Amino acid sequence: MDFWFSEEQTSNVKLSIRIDRQLYSGKSEFQRIDVFDSPEFGRFLTLDGYMMLTEKDEFIYHEMITHVPMAVHPKVRQVLVIGAGDGGVIRELARYPEIEHIDMVEIDPLVVEVCRQYLPQTACRLDDPRLHIHYEDGVKFVRRKVDAYDLIIVDSTDPFGPGEGLFTREFYGSCFKALREDGIMVNQHESPFYAQDALACQRAHKRIVESFPISRVYQAHIPTYPSGHWLFGFASKKYHPLKDLDEVRWNMRGLDCQYYTTTLHRGAFYLPAYVEEMLKDVE
Amino acid sequence: MKKTLSQQNAPIYEALERFGQMRVVPFDVPGHKRGRGNPELTALLGERCVQMDVNSMKPLDNLCHPISVIRDAECLAAEAFGAAHAFLMVGGTTSAVQSMILSVAGRGEKIILPRNVHRSVMGAMVLCGAIPVYVNPACDERLGIPLGMSLKDVEEAVRRHPDAKAILVNNPTYYGICSDLRSIVQLAHRHGMRCLVDEAHGTHFYFGENLPVSAMAAGADMAAVSMHKSGGSLTQSSLLLIGPEMSQGYVRQIINLTQTTSASYLLLSSLDISRRNLALRGKESFARVVELAEYAREEINDIGGYYAFSRELVNGDSIFDFDVTKLSVNTLDTGLAGIEVYDLLRDEYDIQIEFGDLGNILAYLSIGDRPREVERLVSALAEVRRRFGKEKTGLMTQEYLDPEVAVSPQEAFYAEKESLPIEATENRICSEFVMCYPPGIPILAPGERITREILEYIAYAKEKGCSMTGPEDPDILRLNVLKGV
Repeated sequence: MDFWFSEEQTSNVKLSIRIDRQLYSGKSEFQRIDVFDSPEFGRFLTLDGYMMLTEKDEFIYHEMITHVPMAVHPKVRQVLVIGAGDGGVIRELARYPEIEHIDMVEIDPLVVEVCRQYLPQTACRLDDPRLHIHYEDGVKFVRRKVDAYDLIIVDSTDPFGPGEGLFTREFYGSCFKALREDGIMVNQHESPFYAQDALACQRAHKRIVESFPISRVYQAHIPTYPSGHWLFGFASKKYHPLKDLDEVRWNMRGLDCQYYTTTLHRGAFYLPAYVEEMLKDVE
Repeated sequence: MKKTLSQQNAPIYEALERFGQMRVVPFDVPGHKRGRGNPELTALLGERCVQMDVNSMKPLDNLCHPISVIRDAECLAAEAFGAAHAFLMVGGTTSAVQSMILSVAGRGEKIILPRNVHRSVMGAMVLCGAIPVYVNPACDERLGIPLGMSLKDVEEAVRRHPDAKAILVNNPTYYGICSDLRSIVQLAHRHGMRCLVDEAHGTHFYFGENLPVSAMAAGADMAAVSMHKSGGSLTQSSLLLIGPEMSQGYVRQIINLTQTTSASYLLLSSLDISRRNLALRGKESFARVVELAEYAREEINDIGGYYAFSRELVNGDSIFDFDVTKLSVNTLDTGLAGIEVYDLLRDEYDIQIEFGDLGNILAYLSIGDRPREVERLVSALAEVRRRFGKEKTGLMTQEYLDPEVAVSPQEAFYAEKESLPIEATENRICSEFVMCYPPGIPILAPGERITREILEYIAYAKEKGCSMTGPEDPDILRLNVLKGV
């Protein structure tokens, strides 16, 4: 039997993964949710047919979106995570004992339920006592918060569909307001490579630059995302992602990572020329 | 109407489907011939769309003299709206409003109407030579908006002008405010006058629950209904409804004076399909719109500085009822004019709302809205206040300026005129319209005297960035006035 999952990364490019079996398929109020087992990437989750994470490469995304700000901010106590229903970001955050409180705002309860059942690799820390899960629209939740968080992680889906509101000026402005005076916001920033994604990436960057005094972009290589070249946004009220990186302090923690190192942290902010230019165009 | 037809049917749409399957060879207009002659247009609009852009012909009926499928669609619409007859209109609700006026008044005959009528009403009076008798709409001091007509003001107008032919009512206003329509209809009929209703913003009254009374239910004689606003049809399509006392044939003649003889089947089929949707699913759809609007109001009022107003304004008279689907928000306590908030939402947040005037904005909610867009709107409003809010200072609110009708709109429009710098026009008679757009309520209409107050208001509204339209000089540095008067 020839059983493949294919995602159209653009209307002219496909990524296909051979499937062993489909474990789950369901439809929530917001989206279609599927879980598959595959020989190459292990178990993986898709929303509306778009790849969200695979067991094999999710560590790259989750380490890079979490440890980069954690190595810069000296004292993270209160964290807000938007999206992240798979639990991967929470798993990484839970490794920091000084974090006192995490609010996770996920719009779709079914995503969390499905991940708890089928993706224990990422969902393993969703019962951490510091974690408070809120099932509502992230745009709405953050609107009501003022001066409340040290770190906001925006682990959104793509800028079309239910995640659309998380790429808007009003959302980034609300995040700015919800952060303390030395707060940091990190966001999933799309890919610079294919034209459609690049446009979304540029728009997001423009809106963040308009909302925060410090706004830098860093990169990682994620094989199952379109083009494999993925960006993250680092927006901050006070700390610079490189000048305020305290390598000794972070390395003293002795956290074992598969992708992130403080050396890679520095390197990740050195972007290809075409990406630099694309971002500069909207700054 | 054929016995077999029900609200499940969409006769024009069905006829178009049948016609498409016949693969008729077109040696008639339109010249693009199912899009083949204009490939760029076909690429833009899609093949299905251009294939439906066809001419009137036997299997598709003719809007000027409907005898088959258009006739059936009109009868179904009449049934759905509780009217004696419904006319499908393709010249916008403007054409429906104008047909109402032209149907009831001729040269020199009077029509009682509120000042905050749409420009289309004034246009119709220029065409037919009717004389406007204005009823001063009450004004809410805090919000700075025109309200409905108070019943006793209408009674007074009827007493002073017993020869008037008709009373025209907005149901509701742009802001969602309704007059006591049932009582005004009774008053009109007691005095042998027709009651005409501009229901451009009230299509949903016919289908939703717990909404203000619709014109036909209130017993009005004619109503112009903007299907393309809350009804979901294509822009420029509309309905004209009549009650049992009106002559269907005469109204059809009036419509045919100005309506195109090449009605677009895209517009006609959109009316047909929208009517079917409303009849079958309108109740649930509008319940959802109301729920969204109520939620948005709650959230917006929570931000502070904004006042999203609603039924609490109802006073049994000039605000007899309120259309809760309208999301009207007063912005003055944020220190920002409505038009400033309107511009900021568009320029900074990529959110386009319906209008902003001096003190208010209106976000139009409809059957196409989802909670996530409402969250964006609310967040953007919160951000506008956080980033741009100021101390509330002496913002001038929109005042009602009592017009002085010196000559009939028609006489003024066609009279000999001269162009003067605006500051030199005080006490002269204006020969053109001056509107603050949106919401398109005349500040001056042809035949009215220009006062100092009006000139000050125009200067202020211009400075605040309202788009002023109407006069020949687009910058409104000059105005045309009647020569020698």
